[in-house]
This record gives sequence, C-alpha cells and structure tokens, in this order.
Amino acid sequence: MGDPQQDPELSYQQSARQRSSQDQGRSREQSLSQATVPQETQQLPLDAQVLSGITETPESQAPLQGWAQGAGLSQYDNSAVSQGGVQYLSMSAGFPADFQRQTYVDEGRVQATHNADFMLQQLQRGQGNLLQQLESSFQDPRPNYLGQFNAYQREDSQFGQGTQHGPYTRDDPALQFSSSELSFMPFDMEVSEPEPRELAVQNAKAYLQQTSVSCDLSLYEHLVNVLTKILNQRPQDPLSILESLNRTAQMEWFHPKLDTLRDDPEMQPTYEMAEKQKALFVRGGSGEGEQEVEEEPLETAVPNVMESAFYFEQAGVGLSSDESFRIFLALKQLVDQQPIHTCRFWGKILGLSRSYLVAEVEFREGEEDVEEEEVVEELTEGDVLDMHGEEEGEEDEEKVSDFLPKRTWKPPPVIPKEESRLGANKYLYFVCNEPGRPWTKLPHVTPSQIVQARKIKKFFTGHLDAPVISYPPFPGNEANYLRAQIARISAATHISPLGFYQFGEEEGDEEEEGGAGRDSFEENPDFEGIAVLELVDSMANWVHHTQHILPQGRCTWVNPLQKKEEEEELGEEEEKADEGMEEVEQEIGPPLLTPLSEDAEIMHMSPWTSRLSCSLCPQYSVAIVRSNLWPGAYTYATGKKFENIYIGWGHKYSPENFNPPLPAPIQQEYPSGPEIMEMSDPTVEEEQALKAAQEQALVAAEEEEEDEEEDEDEDQDD
Amino acid sequence: MDAESLLLSLELASGSGQGLSPDRRASLLTSLLLVKRDYRYSRVLFWGRILGLVTDYYIAQGLIEDQLAPRKTLYSLNCMEWSLLPPATEEMVEQTSVVKGRFMGDPSHEYEHVDLQKVNDGDKVFEEEIVVRIKEETRLVSIIDQIDKAVAVIPRGALFKTPFGPVHVNRTFEGLSMSEAKKLSSYFHFREPVELKNKTLLEKADLDPSLDFMDSLENDIPKGNSLLLRGHWICPQAKAVGHAPTIFLCKWNQGPGWEMVVWCESLRVGLPQGPIQVSAHSKQSVNVYRQKEGLSSMCFWRQEVSQCLF
Repeated sequence: MGDPQQDPELSYQQSARQRSSQDQGRSREQSLSQATVPQETQQLPLDAQVLSGITETPESQAPLQGWAQGAGLSQYDNSAVSQGGVQYLSMSAGFPADFQRQTYVDEGRVQATHNADFMLQQLQRGQGNLLQQLESSFQDPRPNYLGQFNAYQREDSQFGQGTQHGPYTRDDPALQFSSSELSFMPFDMEVSEPEPRELAVQNAKAYLQQTSVSCDLSLYEHLVNVLTKILNQRPQDPLSILESLNRTAQMEWFHPKLDTLRDDPEMQPTYEMAEKQKALFVRGGSGEGEQEVEEEPLETAVPNVMESAFYFEQAGVGLSSDESFRIFLALKQLVDQQPIHTCRFWGKILGLSRSYLVAEVEFREGEEDVEEEEVVEELTEGDVLDMHGEEEGEEDEEKVSDFLPKRTWKPPPVIPKEESRLGANKYLYFVCNEPGRPWTKLPHVTPSQIVQARKIKKFFTGHLDAPVISYPPFPGNEANYLRAQIARISAATHISPLGFYQFGEEEGDEEEEGGAGRDSFEENPDFEGIAVLELVDSMANWVHHTQHILPQGRCTWVNPLQKKEEEEELGEEEEKADEGMEEVEQEIGPPLLTPLSEDAEIMHMSPWTSRLSCSLCPQYSVAIVRSNLWPGAYTYATGKKFENIYIGWGHKYSPENFNPPLPAPIQQEYPSGPEIMEMSDPTVEEEQALKAAQEQALVAAEEEEEDEEEDEDEDQDD
Repeated sequence: MDAESLLLSLELASGSGQGLSPDRRASLLTSLLLVKRDYRYSRVLFWGRILGLVTDYYIAQGLIEDQLAPRKTLYSLNCMEWSLLPPATEEMVEQTSVVKGRFMGDPSHEYEHVDLQKVNDGDKVFEEEIVVRIKEETRLVSIIDQIDKAVAVIPRGALFKTPFGPVHVNRTFEGLSMSEAKKLSSYFHFREPVELKNKTLLEKADLDPSLDFMDSLENDIPKGNSLLLRGHWICPQAKAVGHAPTIFLCKWNQGPGWEMVVWCESLRVGLPQGPIQVSAHSKQSVNVYRQKEGLSSMCFWRQEVSQCLF
C-alpha cells in the first residue's frame, strides 16, 4: 500500500473506531473510558505526525494488516489486545512502515501465545468491537476524504451517530443483544458459563470457517482477505469492482509472493543476447570513425544485406528486416576482424536448438588462411587396423600355434582434398549462431566428407562440435558436416543470369586437363542485364557459377590410383594390390556456367521454379528462381543485380523418403562343404549292416586272395 | 496465425525464412476479412502456404465459436478468391498416401497411380494393373488434415474448456513463462484428444479439466532427443507365424520423414533370418522390408506402432 493513502485511512479509522465505541452506547461511556481514553490521547500526536509527512503506520491499521496475512485466531486476539491496552503504540512508533508492520505482527503473535488465557476472555469484546469497526468503515461513504478533513469528520461522526446505528442491529446477529450486555462483557473477566451470544458468534464463525474438500480456503478467511484489501487500498468505488476484487484476492491467496524483500533474479537469456548485440550497434573507434567516413567512404567488403533482403522480401522469402540488419552489422564486425576481400551473406541453416548464419568470404591476396594444418591425420582406418594387426602379431609370436589370419582388405585410396581457393574450397565460410556471437571459421571440406554427406540425412543441432552419429559413419563432427552441406548446396544452387560472368581469357585452356573445364571466371563489364520476363520464361537465361562436385567429392577429377612419390616408396605389397584393381573411369561433370535448362530432372519434375515476384504489376517486379532440389534456396535477379540465398534445414529433397542403407551382408566365416557338415549318427541296424558288409567283403577278399594264390600256384604249376 | 494479427505473427515467424511478399500480405488482410464476413466465422486463421511447382496454395481455416469443432478449410491461389475444401476422410488419407512428390499448384491436376490387384478368375490368379486417378485437391485436403493432426500446436492455457463443453479462447492468457516455455508438456496438440483417453486415472489426477483437455506434446513418439530405444514389438507378420520377434530400434532421426532401422532377431527358426528394416514413411505408415525377399513391403499404421512400442 502506498504511503499517501495512509492519511485518510488513519484519520478515518480513528474516527471510525471512535464512532464505533460511541455506537456501543452512551450508557457505557464512562465504563469504557479506560479503553477509549488512550486512543483519544494518542490521536492527536498521530495526526500531527502523519500530516507532517512522517510515514508511520497507525496502530489501528497494523492489526488489520496482520490479519490479512494470517487471518487466524491469534491476529484476531491481537486486535483485541490493541484495542484494550495500547501497549504496541509506543513500541512501533518511529519504525518505517514495512518493518513496523512485520514486527508488529510478530509481536502480536508472541503476545497472543503468552496471553492466551487473557485473550480468550477478551475475545468477545474484541470481536464485537472489531466487527463494528469493519462494518462501519466499509459502509462509510467517506473513505476518500483527505487528512485535512480530520476535524470535520470527527465532528460529523459524532453528529451522525444516531443514523449510523441502524445496519449493525439489523445485520449482525451478535449485535442483536442489548448494548448493556455488550458494555458489560469486557469487564466481566470471570465469565464461566458460555453466554448465548458467545455461542451464536462461535457458531457463525465456525460455519464460515468451514473449508470445502477441494479448497483449503474458508469463506471466512476469504472475506477477511477481501475486506482487508479494500481497506488497505481504498479503491474509488469498491462495490463496482467487488467481483474482480473477489477473484484477485483468491488468486493472491493461492499464489503468494514469497519474498518481498528481494526481486526474483531474472537471468533470461534474452537479456544476455541483447547485451551482446548492443556491441554491434556501437560505432567502433568513437570519434575517429566519424572522421574517416567524412573523408572518404571507404570501399568495404560488407555486402548490402538490406538491399537483398528487400528484394527477397518481394519474393516472400528471407528474414525480417530487423534480423537482416543485425546480420548486416554482424558481417561488418566480421569484416573488421578478418582480412577479408569479399564477403557475402550465404544464408541460414536451421538447427534443432540453434541456427547457423553463414558468411561466405574470400581473404585478401596473400592473407592465406593459416590452416590449423590438421596434420595429416589421414591415418586412415586401414592404417589403424594394420597397426592393430601388427600388435596382435607380436603377441602371437609367443604362441605361434594359432595366429590370426591377416586381413586382405585394403582401404580404398584417399582422395586428396582440394587446395584452398579451388573447387569446393574456393571460399571460406564463417558461421555464428546469432548476430553478435563470435564467428567461427569452418574447416575446409574433404572429398570423403562430401561423399559420406550424400549418403546420410541429419538435422543440425546448432552446436559445431556435436558428433554426427550416422550410418554409414561420417568422418568428422557437425562442423565438417555443415561445411560439406554448404559445399553441396552452393554447387547446386548458386546461379546467375546468363552473361553476368564470363570466362577469363586464355587461362582456361591450360587448366582444361582436369576435364571439368575452366574453373575461373570474371564479371562481365559489358553485361546489360536481361529483362525480368525473359528470366522468368526461360531457364536457359540462368547459369551455374559454382563448379559441379563430382561423385568423387571434388570439382576437378583426380585419379586415385596415381600415387604421390612418397607413397610409391612404400612397400611393394600395396602396388601389387593396386595392380589388381581395374582402371578407374574419369568422372566428368558439366562445365562451369552451364545453363540451368540442362539440369537433370528429378522424378519428372523440373529442378527449378521461376516466378515473378508480383503478378499484379510485372513491370516493377523481380524474377525469382526457387530450387526444387534444395528447398530453401532462392535467387532473385533484376537488372544487373542478383543474389543467392539459402534458408533451410540443409536437406536435399528426395521424392522418396530417406532410407538409410542396409547394413552390409554378414560375411561368410568359412566355406561350407561336406567336410564340416555334421552327419547324422548311424543307427544300430546300419552299423550292423555295415559290419556285415565289411565282414563279407573281408571274406570275399580272402577268398579272392586264395583264388589268386591258387591261380598263382597254378601259374607256377604251369 | 490469426488473420487479425497476421502481420505480427508473420514477423515473429520470419526467422525460418518463410514469409509473404508485401502484395500477398496486403491481399490476405483484405480477403480474409471478407471470408470471415461471408462465411460467418468467429475467427479466421491463416494456415500457411503449400509450395507448388507452378503456383502455391494459400490455406486459411475458419473457426466457429467452439475452437475444437471441426474446422473449415479454404484455399486460394492468388490470395483473393477462396474456395472451400471438403472435410478429410479416412478414405481420402489412405487413397492419397500413395502419391509422392511435389504439388503442382493446379487443384484439378490428376495423379496417376498404378495399383496391382490380384484377381481371381476361376482357378487362375493373375495380377491386374489398375490405374487410380487422384485429384490434387483430394491430396491437398488429406495433407492439410495430416499436418494439422501431427503438428498443430497451442500453448497450454491459450484455450479453455467451459463447463458446458465448448472450447473458447482464453482472453486472460498472457503467454508462458520462461521455464514453462521450455517444457514440451506446456504445449498441446490443437485437435480432438486422442491419447488422453488412454491415460490412467493416476496420470489424469493432476490435470486441470478446464485447461488440460488436449494431448500434450510430451508423450509424442519419437521422443524429442532420444537416439536409442529398445522395445518389444509384435509386428503383424510375426503374429501370423506365431511368435514375437525381438526388435531393437537402432537409430532414428527426428523430423519430417523420421526413420529408423530395426534389426529383427527371431526367437525360433522358421522366420526368415536376417535384418528387417522398418522405415517410417511420413508420419503415417510404417513399412517393413525384409531383406531376403527384396522389397516385399507391408504397411501398417502408426497407431499400432505407438501402441506396440512399449
């Protein structure tokens, strides 16, 4: 509750109490003097304090607040205490409002426990007074009067006490009793038998305090809460907002604000992000920067992201303009940090938990990227396995008897990766998750990564170091996979209007040996631009300006069987093995700057869809080309301008759903033949038959021998 | 997204790269207003866009007072003239599940599908080729229905159920708090509950009947980030033979066209040995291939899978 509200409250409540005490009947005025006199004496100094601006919680208000928090019996008694002996006033004077309130309540509780007996006896009186207080204050139509009118109010209340008498007697069963009884009660300390009035009060209270099964809150507590709220906050027209007060009071009861001393710590990641992005919006070098700009608007490598974002918006793709601007600032930051010659916003790859913004850059001449030389860890699987085999071999020397067979499988030769600035590694790529976060350089792509990436389909997680768990296994982590996908997407979807680029002079012929045609081109200074309608009508007016990646995983073909000199020095075994292989056919892809009209169809479907950005006004629209092979790849062109962008999941479209390849068939352990087949055991009969047969044969043989001998004898005889 | 707050919603969704060009936006704002008036919807939602090779479909949905009542779906090719689509039926979904590939952008386009049917002609059984023609409009209806059922999602508390049954928009909904927004359990499928009925009483005990009256995303299969799962699964083929194979789910990727590879080890001799591959085509059907017989495929519905899985 606010401090300003205290003024009327204070004055009002005091007057109300005064009134209520007077309402109880003039007949007991004298006997009540004990209770009322301290109040009267206290009023004047309190009023003075409030008027002079000191924030002080009046004694009458404190019990009400304590009540709101607990609404239990103890507070109830507490109020009774405050009513009877005003011992708290002196203690609480001079404390700030908040503290005072709390200490007061605590003390009240303590006091309540200490004086339990006393309380019980005083209950009736306190309750009667309090009920009157509440009701009188609720019905009083003058809650908004300012503190200045104190005097007037007091007079008024005294004056109009007769008229205000009515409601109490009408509504409150407790007040149906005569005032003489009421006045008698407080001083009758030794009441032994329960009075009928007390019983009625207790019954009513018990009824109100009933709680239902579904809810712990009783009507009694709820009413107390609502009334307290009204009294504390003093709304303009409490009756009209009673409904909503009702609801909010209930809500607050169930959602208590636990600690009001400290705010809940809010560590929202959005704040963190905003803090990081703030750096983007600060101009670097403060004063210096301004001067530079004035002197000469330096030619910068930062692309005009906003312009292309505008054109892509015409096409119904692309990011919102504020995100584009943030990306623009982030690219500017990147250009400031790195020796960058050209820079382009490549696109955005969506991930499961975070996305990647991709920048395609080219370093300045000579500023060769100092590759972290991932020192030829091309210890391929085969080598590893061989080494493993050797180790085992050594162990086996001890027990020569059973040695493991040597594996005859040789890993296929490793295809060397392309030099930087060539083929799939023509550009360097930097990625970051959000504008403002640091840019990370992606490693160069290797042919094997491209080949494996074609076989799998994975979602990006947004963490570069996440492992890529797949079958067949992918060599590398997500950074490598991302780089491979970027290479594939670039090769397939970077297109430009015919004639925008042309081949450089002569160079081409020398490099033609690769078979992939010339691999360098330059901007055509004479390019006039193609009419938008023509661009939309014919795909022949568009060309690829990124080299096709061969099935091998490179743009220029390399014969994997050709060996480097070092390799030739290796053992002869390998050579022998290689001889066995048949000659590999050279792979040839379409040359650079091939028109799109020659692209292969996918499932009777054109790989490109071209549109006008706005069919209603073709004159001012731009030509949009959408890739159907890589959903998310778009290109616009108007006049001499064009731009490619990719915003998507990094998945190639496949008409059939993706099926991972089946595991390889299980290898045969040994050739199966009759010698290892298990035979069924012969039965006894068979054995006996065999025995008989053998014996017979033996006999026969003997006989034959005998015969022969006889013959011989005969011969000899001859 | 609500047609009335279309621009704000588009702005919020622009991070995915999908947006509307200014002319589309303007015409949607105009025409959806008229749709709302002419069809007497209480609320019109702009559903989205389905890309076609020639033209794109723009889809809108009209809701009546009860938010969960069956929705009317409209489509338009130019964002101005809207046509009502018929409600999707089981039969439609089944019929169009054979069609693959991109939409053309022409509702009257007919896909041809060659179906092999066994015909008993006296003693002889021979296969007859039957050409099924499927209109693209039918496919559009079933795709929209499938997408709605699978991925239409609302945050918990955005709708509430009145004691009399109808579901209304909760005007006091102020969005989810940070910690709640991160949980899958605070999102619901925006459709008639399917799995809620299967919950046990114990699970239902904590639910608030006026808020938790739809399926939560929490129990969706496949799980958000689980890569490896094991379970017993009785496939109809094995049931016919008479025993249950153990199936190890070895891998799956999530997302559109989620897939998994399953090896099946039969417990007894008699079932063809060797790996059996199960791949979930779209979210609907699951095909089982047995390697030995080439691609002899078998189709059953996802419903069964989710029931059999654990």
